[in-house]
Amino acid sequence: MTRPRAAWYRALFRLLLAAMLLSLSQAQAGGEGKGFKVGLTAVFLDNQTSFIRQWEKYLARRLGEPFEFVQRQSYREITQMLAKGQLDAAWICGFPYVRYRPRIRLLAVPLYHGEPLYQSYLIVPASDHVTRDIEDLRGRVFAYSDPDSNSGFLVPQVELLRRGIEPARFFGKTFFTWSHRDVVVAVADGVAQGGAVDGYVWDTLSQTHPQLTNRTRVVARSRRYGFPPFAASATLDQRRFERLQQVLLGMSDDAEGRRLLQKLNLDGFTSGDDSLFDGIREEVALFERGKR
Amino acid sequence: MILGNLSYRYKVPMMLSATILLTGIVVSIALTWRTFADLRADLFRNAVEVGSVLSNTLPAALKHDDLWLAYQIIGAAKVDGESESERLLIVLDDEYRVYVSNRPDLFPVMSELRTQGEQLAKVEREVKRRPTLTPYSLELPDSDHIFTVIPMIDDGIAIGTLLIGYPRSLFLPRFLGIVRRVAYSSLIVLAVLLPIGWYLGNRAVKPLSQLAHCLGRVGSAPLEAVDCQLEEGRDEIGQLGVSFRQMLLELREKEQLEQEMVASERLAAIGRLAAGVAHEINNPLGGMLNAINTYRRHGVPDELAGRTLSLIERGLNQIGDTVSALLVEARSESHRLTPQDIDDVYMLLQPDVQRRSIRLGWENCLDTTVGLPSTQVRQVLINLALNAVQATTDRGDVSCRVETSGRLLRIAVANSGDEIGPEQMQRLFEPFTHFNEEGSGLGLWVTYQIVKQLDGRIDVARREGRTVFSVDLPLRTAA
Repeated sequence: MTRPRAAWYRALFRLLLAAMLLSLSQAQAGGEGKGFKVGLTAVFLDNQTSFIRQWEKYLARRLGEPFEFVQRQSYREITQMLAKGQLDAAWICGFPYVRYRPRIRLLAVPLYHGEPLYQSYLIVPASDHVTRDIEDLRGRVFAYSDPDSNSGFLVPQVELLRRGIEPARFFGKTFFTWSHRDVVVAVADGVAQGGAVDGYVWDTLSQTHPQLTNRTRVVARSRRYGFPPFAASATLDQRRFERLQQVLLGMSDDAEGRRLLQKLNLDGFTSGDDSLFDGIREEVALFERGKR
Repeated sequence: MILGNLSYRYKVPMMLSATILLTGIVVSIALTWRTFADLRADLFRNAVEVGSVLSNTLPAALKHDDLWLAYQIIGAAKVDGESESERLLIVLDDEYRVYVSNRPDLFPVMSELRTQGEQLAKVEREVKRRPTLTPYSLELPDSDHIFTVIPMIDDGIAIGTLLIGYPRSLFLPRFLGIVRRVAYSSLIVLAVLLPIGWYLGNRAVKPLSQLAHCLGRVGSAPLEAVDCQLEEGRDEIGQLGVSFRQMLLELREKEQLEQEMVASERLAAIGRLAAGVAHEINNPLGGMLNAINTYRRHGVPDELAGRTLSLIERGLNQIGDTVSALLVEARSESHRLTPQDIDDVYMLLQPDVQRRSIRLGWENCLDTTVGLPSTQVRQVLINLALNAVQATTDRGDVSCRVETSGRLLRIAVANSGDEIGPEQMQRLFEPFTHFNEEGSGLGLWVTYQIVKQLDGRIDVARREGRTVFSVDLPLRTAA
């Protein structure tokens, strides 16, 4: 009788141990692994859903917890969600980043051609061989990408303000396409006779869709500004902030990460410094003054 | 004019073919026209459909001045396929300026239609002239596009206009496609119908051409040779066939009648001549015979003169016999014909019949005395029967039949001998027509004369391999 009884106790002990371990791991997941929600805007080619899914999976695996990208129509929606703490982080433009400080803070800055910098391009249809300068587009139809975009809105506005021109009355008609890619389409199709576009997006498109960019001509390139950064919500706790930052910065260290970066046409991420965006701050100051 | 002389054998099939061709062409044109109209209606419907889909979203874009949204909306209306790629979509704002179009290269934003050439200036004028809340089709004669004008309505007010234009050139390949399809199917139908038409036409005309051929032979060929296989029926050509056959029959009867008349007139003339000659001969002949008699009675002829006189007398008597044979005269003194008279003839024939082993069929249907002179009738019957016996071969057939039929006595004598040749037939009843060496050549002449004197008629015919002589004699009343 003793042997079966001993076996029964052993089995009971094992069961209890398993239950304890299970509840412990669940407790850990509940406290630590609630997952990341990160917003995306059209600062890059955000219409590649399958690529975004791959990136999500990669980041979830590296972070060891669920990871989700959130996309919205305009910059503003994402930026506001971020400012309200509905998102842990977001890839936004330098313009809203500057504006929403300190409710958001710098998480990582992409490296493009080895530097965390980019330009705004002024483009016209390829059939237009005349335009040499933004001032040649007076009275014409002009395409902006997004009112919260630095390269797709702020730069040409400030450029005109610098020359003492009132932007609101300079063009015959302006419209927003809500993405840099569509600015290129609008100008290529001839809907607009000029457009302001993120130089990084135009360069990337010229590699993946040369038949589109070939129908446009870059008239002017702006000075360099801080590349649209990943910004974190101020409410994101330091430990999770650092983990997310580490994973992003470490993407260039493994093959899968490098493959994804290659798709993004980026070299990697750097932690960056807030002073990178001083150029945009100047623009914003000019712009705010011009509006008054 | 050449057509006028052409045979109906070609003309009718050609006319049928022409009718079929004309019908084919008319039906083809009607079909093409109909399909073409349908095509247009389809395009208009299609345009209105596209317009109504766009009118759900475009007015909002116009109201919010969201040019890019408007462009994307009309861009989304683009359907794959060549015809759609040529479709023009132009959105005009409430001032009739181009708000956006699917061909910004041709119709830039903010441009005015009138700057795009005379045709579009007309379109702009027309659209301005006809503000509307319902779509309509706008087709200007010299425009190379057909436009459908669709108002963009927001809360009952047109805040913009959508122009959907299809190039006219778009119709041409479609139209040619329709024409080609219709032409192919018409050709197939014609390929089937034309041979049928040709065949039917030929069939319809065949009796006509046959009739024409037959008619052509009448007059050029002897009537007996004109033998036509014509279709008889109730249609016109059938009636024509019947009439033609009737006409042929009557012509033949007339010809026969004429021949008979000629023959009987000739016979009458011969008769008159013979009678005249006989009369003229008989008088001197009688005188000469009297003179010879007188000389014998009163004179003393020597031996030579006596021989000479009897030679002359025999010659004169032979002349007298011949003349009297020619001069058939009805002798009124004979008694009425009895059945026995006929049977006597049968007895008379027996020696010849038996000698030549001829089968003699004898039908005497006479059962009473009839009103005809027996001598003449017997003479006729004997002549015909002897002729028949002579004409038939040994062991041949001869048949005689005597009967009364109404007011007629009918005598029919048939033999199985050779057919009488056409040459002989023409001169059958003339005197001195010889059928063999033995006869005098006067038998049928005498028979004919007797029959004529009795107001009867005599015919000869070939029936079932037998030559049949038939005599009809009218019976005289008892008086």
